[in-house]
Amino acid sequence: MIDMALWIALALFCAAIVLNFYRAVVGPSLPDRVLAVDTMYMNSIALIVLFGIWVNNKDYFEAALLIAMLGFVSTIAICKYLLRGDIIE
Amino acid sequence: MLDTIIEGAVAFMLIAGGAFAFIGSLGMTHLKDFYMRLHGPSKTTTLGVGCTLIGSLIYFSREDGPIIQELLITISAFITAPVSAHMLAKSALHHKLKPDPRTRGNPVELESDKPRHTIEEAPQGDSPLP
Amino acid sequence: MIPPTRWLPMPVLSLLLLVVWLLLQQSVALGQWLLGGVLAILIPVVCRPFWERQPTIKRPLKLLGYFLRVLGDIVTANIQVSKLILDPRGQMRPAFVEYPLTLRENFPITILASTITMTPGTVSAHLRLDGRTLLIHALDVADTRALIDEIHQRYERPLMEIFES
Repeated sequence: MIDMALWIALALFCAAIVLNFYRAVVGPSLPDRVLAVDTMYMNSIALIVLFGIWVNNKDYFEAALLIAMLGFVSTIAICKYLLRGDIIE
Repeated sequence: MLDTIIEGAVAFMLIAGGAFAFIGSLGMTHLKDFYMRLHGPSKTTTLGVGCTLIGSLIYFSREDGPIIQELLITISAFITAPVSAHMLAKSALHHKLKPDPRTRGNPVELESDKPRHTIEEAPQGDSPLP
Repeated sequence: MIPPTRWLPMPVLSLLLLVVWLLLQQSVALGQWLLGGVLAILIPVVCRPFWERQPTIKRPLKLLGYFLRVLGDIVTANIQVSKLILDPRGQMRPAFVEYPLTLRENFPITILASTITMTPGTVSAHLRLDGRTLLIHALDVADTRALIDEIHQRYERPLMEIFES
């Protein structure tokens, strides 16, 4: 049962990442692209956790934790840049 | 019997997580303007990833006792997601992205900061300036 | 709550650091307790100057109830937003709503803004510089007045009771 669920969840998360990628490429504005990348790292955390279940190894948790931390900090940094680094300011 | 219940719970959590994350990304792809697109990732994707993590927590706790490390990622995801959504909305307001025409309400932040009058039209009269 | 002292300026933060350290190490051996305890005392003392004054939590039990309520609301919010996204007719009524704040301190306002973002159909977008209004974007709202009242009743009043009372 878990195998089946694992495959379905993997497929759904991969589809989500493809949709995010579409938005990151097409996205008409800069905040759109940042949002897409932000969502992409959230989804990749879930992908890594699912991979950890697949190979039955719980050490992948630490990679997921690192991605969560770095992703949050980089999103905030880019937002700060968008808010403050404007030429007209 | 207990094994079946636990496996069912793990399977349910994984599928629910995947479905929520997919719906969040779908919303981000097909909604009309940035402010509406922000809703999908900030809420739905966070819960999706949270569900997946709880599923993996149950899965790894099956054999050797409870392992609650994964709760750390879940909690940090739920704390950080609103903050990054807020920052993204702020930067969108700063860039004055146009909202969908159906949007009601007209915040000051979105009005253009061009002066209302040109220099010739500027109000004349006894202004204190030289 | 525990009163702050000179060597323990932020007791709650210290406790949190210790718990997170033990969770990360996956063990409750004596050495980990000692190391975590040293870190939990050292880190707040070192970064004390960067922190704003922390509000005191007057009613910890009520805070727990608040978190449980928000957790329940997050699930309903997600089901609601999923329905809106999957609705093929796409009849949404988005709106910008200006929410007048009655909370005054920074930390409760932060919690309120995060709660608004995580719960049904609303994202907090901007806190005006004077700290009096919060700009909210709502995905599907019929009556803005009712939305403001609901947020006030459901989230802001408990927060006031917890932090400011």
